[in-house]
Amino acid sequence: MEHIRTPKVENVRLVDRISSKKAVLGTLYLTATHVIFVENAPDTRKETWILHSQISTIEKQATTATGCHLLIRCKNFQLLQLVIPQERDCHDVYISLIRLARPVKYEELYCFSFNPKLDKEERERGWTLIDLGEEYKRMGLPNDYWQLSDVNRDYRLCDSYPTELYVPRPATAHIIVGSSKFRSRRRFPALSYYYKENHAIRKANPGSDFIYVVDTRPKLNAMANRAAGKGYENEDNYSNIKFQFIGIENIHVMRNSLQKMLEVCELKSPSMSDFLWGLENSGWLRHIKAIMDAGIFIARAVAEEGASVLVHCSDGWDRTAQVCSVASLLLDPHYRTLKGFMVLIEKDWISFGHKFNHRYGNLDGDPKEISPVIDQFIECVWQLMGQFPCAFEFNERFLIHIQHHIYSCQFGNFLCNSQKERRELKIQERTYSLWAHLWKNRADYANPLFRADHSQAQGALRLPAAPCNFTYKFWSGMYNRFEKGLQPRQSVTDYLLAVKEESQQLEEELEALEERLEKIQKVQLDHSGVRSEQREASKHPGFSTSDHSTANTPQDYSGNAKSFPSRSPSQGDEDSALILTQDNLKSSDPDLSANNSDQESGVEDLSCRSPSGGECAPSEDSGKDRDSDEAVFLTA
Amino acid sequence: MEFAELIKTPRVDNVVLHRPFYPAVEGTLCLTGHHLILSSRQDNTEELWLLHSNIDAIDKRFVGPLGTIIIKCKDFRIIQLDIPGMEECLNIASSIEALSTLDSITLMYPFFYRPLFEVIEDGWHSFLPEQEFELYSSATSEWRLSYVNKEFGVCPSYPPIVIVPKSIDDEALRKVATFRHGGRFPVLSYYHKKNGMVIMRSGQPLTGTNGRRCKEDEKLINATLRAGKRGYIIDTRSLNVAQQARAKGGGFEQEAHYPQWRRIHKSIERYHILQDSLIKLVEACNDQTHNMDRWLSKLESSNWLTHIKEILTTACLAAQCIDREGASILIHGTEGTDSTLQVTSLAQIILEPRSRTIRGFEALIEREWLQAGHPFQQRCAQSAYCNSKQKWESPVFLLFLDCVWQILRQFPCSFEFNENFLIMLFEHAYASQFGTFLGNNESERCKLKLQQKTMSLWSWVNRPSELSKFTNPLFEANNLVIWPSVAPQSLQLWEGIFLRWNRSSKYLDEAYEEMVNIIEYNKKLQAKVNILRRQLAELETEDGVQESP
Repeated sequence: MEHIRTPKVENVRLVDRISSKKAVLGTLYLTATHVIFVENAPDTRKETWILHSQISTIEKQATTATGCHLLIRCKNFQLLQLVIPQERDCHDVYISLIRLARPVKYEELYCFSFNPKLDKEERERGWTLIDLGEEYKRMGLPNDYWQLSDVNRDYRLCDSYPTELYVPRPATAHIIVGSSKFRSRRRFPALSYYYKENHAIRKANPGSDFIYVVDTRPKLNAMANRAAGKGYENEDNYSNIKFQFIGIENIHVMRNSLQKMLEVCELKSPSMSDFLWGLENSGWLRHIKAIMDAGIFIARAVAEEGASVLVHCSDGWDRTAQVCSVASLLLDPHYRTLKGFMVLIEKDWISFGHKFNHRYGNLDGDPKEISPVIDQFIECVWQLMGQFPCAFEFNERFLIHIQHHIYSCQFGNFLCNSQKERRELKIQERTYSLWAHLWKNRADYANPLFRADHSQAQGALRLPAAPCNFTYKFWSGMYNRFEKGLQPRQSVTDYLLAVKEESQQLEEELEALEERLEKIQKVQLDHSGVRSEQREASKHPGFSTSDHSTANTPQDYSGNAKSFPSRSPSQGDEDSALILTQDNLKSSDPDLSANNSDQESGVEDLSCRSPSGGECAPSEDSGKDRDSDEAVFLTA
Repeated sequence: MEFAELIKTPRVDNVVLHRPFYPAVEGTLCLTGHHLILSSRQDNTEELWLLHSNIDAIDKRFVGPLGTIIIKCKDFRIIQLDIPGMEECLNIASSIEALSTLDSITLMYPFFYRPLFEVIEDGWHSFLPEQEFELYSSATSEWRLSYVNKEFGVCPSYPPIVIVPKSIDDEALRKVATFRHGGRFPVLSYYHKKNGMVIMRSGQPLTGTNGRRCKEDEKLINATLRAGKRGYIIDTRSLNVAQQARAKGGGFEQEAHYPQWRRIHKSIERYHILQDSLIKLVEACNDQTHNMDRWLSKLESSNWLTHIKEILTTACLAAQCIDREGASILIHGTEGTDSTLQVTSLAQIILEPRSRTIRGFEALIEREWLQAGHPFQQRCAQSAYCNSKQKWESPVFLLFLDCVWQILRQFPCSFEFNENFLIMLFEHAYASQFGTFLGNNESERCKLKLQQKTMSLWSWVNRPSELSKFTNPLFEANNLVIWPSVAPQSLQLWEGIFLRWNRSSKYLDEAYEEMVNIIEYNKKLQAKVNILRRQLAELETEDGVQESP
C-alpha cells in the first residue's frame, strides 16, 4: 500500500485502441493488487480489472490537450490506454504502477493475499490433485531398467532438479555425481518420459541399439558455447549415439520475436500486407515450427524407430522442456486429457526447474531473462489442436487460462524458479493450486469433439517429419484475445458443449419419463399420487424448455448479436465499421460517423463485458470470473 | 465434329495414377468424349473420373519409353499419369489437350449428360424473377417488373425481366440504357424490408470527357429516394480509375447532376490482376518447401487476401449504408458485371437472413450472378494453371465464394449451408455436367436453349440426398444482420479450396463427423422425450378427467 501515491483518479478516459471510437470516461483506482477502471456510464458502470502482476510495460506518452496518455501493456496481451487529465496524477499513477508491477518479494504477489474462501482441507486436497509419483507409476516405473534415485535428496546434487528422479538402474550414485559435474548446472541426464508401448526410453535405454542425442540449439550456438567451456557431446567418446541439432533459437531471439509480433497485433487498422509482412518479419511462426519439428522428430524416433532420445540445450530448462513436452503430447494420449496436461506441465516444466520467476518476470529482475518459453509450448498445443480436433480433451479456453495464470501469480503453482525454492517458501501451505481450480471448472474447458474412444484419442499422433509451412497459423484467439470483435462471433465449441449438456439432461429426463410411464401404465394411481406427479410433470416441461434454450445457445448469442450492428462498429468490426466510417465515410459525410458512435454507446457494455470479466474481480479468481461470464451466456 | 476424331488412343493398359495422399493405382485409362477415366478393374470402381473441361493445363515428359502426363485441374488438383509407350502417351496428351479446349459450347458435356436421378423439381424453374419479386411486392408498391428487355434489345447482358421504380416507364429506361455502360441501366438488386432502403446496380454512366448527362438517369435513381433523403453511390473503382474511364467514354456521376447522392470510391481489383493473384496463390500453396517465412511472404505477395479484405469491406460499407444510415445505394464499377455483383451479393448475405439459407443462397446466385449477367463462360474458361494471358479470365466468382466462406467462418451457426456447398459451386462454375453456369448471360443461355437441352444444377442439388451433404448441422436461424470483421487477423486462407489437395483432411473430416453425431444424437433424444411427454400427458389427462369430478 505504501507504493500507492494516488488511490483514485477521476475523469480518466479509457481509449479503445483498435477502434477509434470515443473514449469512455470513468474513475481509475489503484489497489494493492489491481488497477481498476470503472466507467461513469450509470447504467453499466463497467469495470476493467488488471492485476499488477499482469502488467508488462507502462508507457507515459506525450501530454495532449485532453490530458496525459498512459499506455499499459499486459502479459496476457491486453492493452490499456488511459488519458489522465492532470499531468501530476498521471505521474503518480505511473510511478505507483512501475513499483507495483515489479514486486521485489514473493510475499507481495497476489497469491499470498488471494483467498477463494476454501477451507484448509480443500486447499490441501487441491495440491494433491496432480501427483507425479502416480505419473511415473502410470508410465510403468520403476522397472527392470529404471529406478527411483534419491541421489538428489535435499537438492544436494542439483538445486534446480526435483528430489525424486528416475535414472537407469546401472547408474550408481557415483556415476550420477560424475555426470552431474560434467553437465551445465549439474543437470545430469534424468528420465522425462518412458514410452511403454515399445519400451523405448528417453534416456539411455539398454534395449535399443543407439540413442539419439538431440541438441535443440542451432549448431552454431552450440559450437560457440564450446568455446565457453560448455558444448555438446563428442561422438568419439560415446558409443552408439546419433547426433541431431535442431535449430531452436535462444530466449533473447524469442523475446524479440514476440515483441515484434505484438507490435503487429497492435497496429491500427493494418492492411493485409502490413499484417502478413509483420507476422513474417517477427519470425514467430518459424520459431513455433522449429519447436514442433523438434518435438515431432523425437516422437517419431521413440515411436517409430524405437530409439531412445537424450534431449538437451544449454541448461536444459527452456528448449528442452518445450520439445520434451511436445513429444510427450504427441506420443501419449494421457497428456492430451485435462488432467494429463496438468501433469505434463507439472513434470516437464515445474518439477524440472523451468525458471518461471525469471522467464515471466514475476519478481523484479533482469529483463533479459524474460522470454515467452512456455507461451510457445502452449501455442504448439493450440496448433496441434487445429490439426487434430478430436484428440484433446480440453479446448482453447483451457490453454488461454493457463497462460493467463502463469503470469497472474494468483495461484502458487508457477512461483519461483525451482522446486527447492517453492518448498522453502512453503507455497503449498500458503497459496492455492491452479490445477484444483481448473479441475473444478472442467466443464468449461471441455472439447466437445473429444471422446476417449475416438481414434484420435488413441496412441501417438502421427505427423509428417516436417509438416508444411502452411500448417502453422497466427493465433488471434490468444494474441488478440481482448479484441473480441476480431474473433469469430459464434463459437462452435460453446454451441456443441451446450448441445452435449442438453443431451445429458435429456438422457436423464428420458429415463425419468420411461420410469413414470411404466408406473402409470402399471399402477392405478390414487388421487394424491397424481397430484404430486402432476406437479413434477409441470416442472419437467419448464425444465426442458429452459433446457431447450440452452441448446439454442447461438440464438442467445444472436441475442447479443442483435447489437452487432452497433456493437461491431465499436469492436473489431472495428474494421468494417471503423475503417468504413472513419476512413471512408467520415470525409464524405460527418453525420455518418456521429450517428455511429451514438449507436455504439448503446452496446458498449456488452462488447466489453468479457474482457473485464476475464481480468477478474479482486477476491475472485479471474479465470473463474471469465468462465462465469461465459456460463451466463450459455445458460441464459 | 465427332469426338472420335480427337481420340487417337481410346484405351491404354497399365497406366499408373499418382495423387497426393493416396497410394499409386495401376489400371486402364480410357478416354471418352468428355471424360478421362482410370479404372483398376478391382471391385469395379473408377479411381479417376475426370471431366475434360476440368483440365486447366497438362505437362508431359518422358523417361525412356515411359511417358508421364501431369494434369492440372481447374479445381487446383494435380494428378500424374504414368503411361507406358511414347506413342500412347503422346496420343493421350494431344487428345486431352484438344478435348479440354473445345471451342463450341454445344459440344460441352452438359449437352450430352443424361441424369441418372429422378428430377423432383426442375431447377430451371426454381427461381423465377416473378416469384422473387413477389417477396418484395408484399412490402412495397414502389417497384415494378419491367419487360423492356424481353428481346435483350435494350441490354444484352440483362435478363428479360428486371425490377425498376414504378414511376419510371419503359421509354425512360431505354434512354437511360444508352447512358449506361453495356446498356446496364440501374435496376433493383435488393430491397431491405426493415427500412425500405434498396441496393441498385448498374454499369458506369457514359459521361465521357464532356460531362454528358442524362435527365432520365437522374430521375430514375432519384425516384428511389424518400423525400429529403440522401443516397450513396458506391463506385467500386478508385477515383483515379473512374476519372481515367472518362477518356474512354465512361465516367462517374457528377455531384452537380446528382445533388442528392454522395459518391464513395473503393478500389476492388479486376480481370487479370485477380487472375494473377490466383495463379500466385495456388503456386504458393503447391510449393512444399518447408520455410515458414517464404510461405507467409508468398501468401502476402499473391495479394489474394488483400482482395478478399477489399471486397468484404466494400460489401460491409454498402450494408452499413442501408441498415445503419437508412440510405439507399447504387453500386457500379465499369461494366457492372463483376465487382458490382460481388458487393451487391455479399451485402445481401450480411443483411438478409434468407440469403444465408440454401434456397436463398441459390436464389441469390441465380439473381445476382446468372441473371445479372456475370460472364461465367469467359471468367471461368481457365483457372490457376493457365499460361495464356487471356484477357477475360478472372476468379471473380471464386473471390465471392471465398468472402462468403470468411463470413461463414465468423458466424458458423448462421448459415444453413456448409463449406462443401461453396466448394461444390466453385467446381461447377468451372466444369460441370449441368448447364447452369454455361454462357455469359441470359441472352446467350436462351440462344443455347439450355433449359431444353441441359439439366440445371439446382435440379440435382435440391434433392434431399444431395442437400444433406451441404447442410450445416450447426445452423440456427439468425434473423439479424451479421457484421463480419474484416481485420487481417480475422481473415484466413480458405484451406478447403486452396490446400484441399495439399494436405490430408482426414482428421478434420473426422471432427466434422463427430460434430454431426453430437447434434444428431441430441435431436434423436429430443424426439424421444417429446413422444414420451405426450404419451404421459395423455395418460395423465385421462386420469385427471376420470378423477377430477
